[in-house]
Amino acid sequence: MSDDKAENIKNRVTEEPVDGPVDPDPNPAERDDLDASGAVEPAIAPGGRVGISEVRTGQFGVRGSGDTSGYGGLTHQVEWPAAARRPYGEGDTAWFDDVVDRLIELQPTLGELPVVVHRGELTLHIPRKQLAEVAKHLRDDAALRFEFCSGVSGVHYPHDTDRELHAVIHLVSMTHNRRIRLEVACPESDPHIPSIVPTYPAADWHERETWDMFGIIFDGHPGLTRILMPDDWPGHPQRKDYPLGGVDVEYKGATIPPPDQRRSYN
Amino acid sequence: MSATTHDPYSADPSAPAEGTVYTAGGADWDAIADAQAERGDERIVVNMGPQHPSTHGVLRLVLEIDGESVTEARCGIGYLHTGIEKNMEYRSWTQGVTFCTRMDYLTPLYQEASYCLGVERLLDIEDDIPEKASVIRVMMMELNRISSHLVCIATGGMEIGALTVMTIGFREREKVLDAFELITGLRMNHAYFRPGGVSQDLPDNALDHVKDLVAWMKKHLPEYAAFCNENPIFKRRLCDVGYMDLSTCLALGITGPPLRSAGLDWDLRKKQPYCGYETYDFDVLTHSDADAYGRFIIRLEEMYESLKIIEQCVERLEKMKGDPVMVDDPKIAWPAQLALGPDGMGNSHDHLRHIMGESMEALIHHFKLVTEGFKVPAGQAYVPVESPRGELGAHIVSDGGTRPFRAHFRDPSFANLQAMPAVAEGGMIADVVVAVASLDPVMGGVDR
Repeated sequence: MSDDKAENIKNRVTEEPVDGPVDPDPNPAERDDLDASGAVEPAIAPGGRVGISEVRTGQFGVRGSGDTSGYGGLTHQVEWPAAARRPYGEGDTAWFDDVVDRLIELQPTLGELPVVVHRGELTLHIPRKQLAEVAKHLRDDAALRFEFCSGVSGVHYPHDTDRELHAVIHLVSMTHNRRIRLEVACPESDPHIPSIVPTYPAADWHERETWDMFGIIFDGHPGLTRILMPDDWPGHPQRKDYPLGGVDVEYKGATIPPPDQRRSYN
Repeated sequence: MSATTHDPYSADPSAPAEGTVYTAGGADWDAIADAQAERGDERIVVNMGPQHPSTHGVLRLVLEIDGESVTEARCGIGYLHTGIEKNMEYRSWTQGVTFCTRMDYLTPLYQEASYCLGVERLLDIEDDIPEKASVIRVMMMELNRISSHLVCIATGGMEIGALTVMTIGFREREKVLDAFELITGLRMNHAYFRPGGVSQDLPDNALDHVKDLVAWMKKHLPEYAAFCNENPIFKRRLCDVGYMDLSTCLALGITGPPLRSAGLDWDLRKKQPYCGYETYDFDVLTHSDADAYGRFIIRLEEMYESLKIIEQCVERLEKMKGDPVMVDDPKIAWPAQLALGPDGMGNSHDHLRHIMGESMEALIHHFKLVTEGFKVPAGQAYVPVESPRGELGAHIVSDGGTRPFRAHFRDPSFANLQAMPAVAEGGMIADVVVAVASLDPVMGGVDR
């Protein structure tokens, strides 16, 4: 590839980075009804990750370049796993219903919470203000007995308006040999989720990592400090609007842009 | 970051410090000891690490000591954070293996396995993985368990002065790495498992090599027991050190040998089998003392169980010559019928001839598969595996694209290291080293 061509590709790509900065929140002023305690719940639907479908267009991550290849007209439908209907499980997974029923029995305010069953895994979407109580029930009730917390992981969905930041908690019941996943969401403008460390001390470092990487503040955590990045690090690296960074690499006369500026086929 | 004008490795002179700050290098510490004795202050905070031969890589231990006793202990981690999870979001699903294999550098194949199993679950091809690929995965993982436990025992021995244990430990480990090199082309960081199967079939002499390896291990593993098990110095250093009972383990999220040393036979290979582990005959070992010695014994015995599994794998693989090792779906499967060259890397001349000389469609398909990759249906999956250190799970999120939307690894070293204060506080400073070694943290996995 000649220098010209490489430069050309690079420029086209850098003009509009594929996963470039995402507009954080166009009108945060309308959020004054939310307070730090998370009193107002972000609505699960519409716009949640449960059962929505998106249409993506184009190919190669190139936009607005007058691309005449025809790929710009491609559309690609993405379906997120839909909320499950009862019965949630059958056969080996018949316990899905037992767990959900028992949890609602212990915590009636949950109502009919959104449940996703996908590829044999059970995910419960818990409203954040109820997380602490739900965690306690899950650990202490003999029929539930999820006594072991595998960890907390964060996910940033920039397009999931008002629910951009998700904390995903994996729990294990060694007594019953079961696994469930809790998913809790909060808006970027009010990134507060109650800590489960009082119930599961194992979540301590995992929550610190999720704070470090996503900026989710776990209320009630005994010492929420950065854990992997230096203490004075600005920003939260795993957010989608945080650039990967990198430098051009030259190879045999051609310049290869850093990974976040290369063509993307997403 | 703010500009650093001072020496970044010494204490910041302008920062508020509680008490006197000494910077100890490699020289004689008499002057420091004398100065401290003169001050008559018994409370000392010692930064052990991040560069210290006994802290398993770049782990920093902040110990508050009273004489020789540790009154408070905290970990400082993150020195080896390389942003692997973030990087994986910018590569295709297949390339992701190349990144996650570098997390815990002593158990590369377990990260690959957990990641691939997660991707396969999202692709819904779990039942389509060829039997031979699963057997190869199990064999490689068990070989990896042996090499990882050997390093744990070797470095643990070195840290208490048992240098022979270290030298023979690395000798045996090198034998395992030789087998890895023969089969995958690399000693470490293999990127051998791929979504859909494994990257290439076993070379012709691999099974004989593994058989010789098993024979070698059976001959040499008893040396560890002979050196250590009843060695009075070894026992006095390890027994009752790093005590952590079952309820502590469950509360702090401890898995692996530390959990089994507390008496619970929790092993995901038995409890929640993957890769067909339910079809192998092996035992899960427990101990009742919940101390560093118990964990050592468990690791030692687990290597024999791994040898049992490897023998069963070899037996099965001998009957599977020529079977496919990659899923039969051309939209996912990279060419896997590779011939290993003298440099250890595989290539398929048949495939090359086909795409370069016979079929333009095949060439286009190959090009698209390799550059663009395959799309994975939106959703999330978490498939944990029993790594030598405990539960290792990859939380994989796809947004329906050709790249991981998020890949988070629940690393057992990370979770187990949380117990460091629990096993270190109240003990002697020399026991901290033993207690941390008994948790077997690997900083590549902790920091990712």
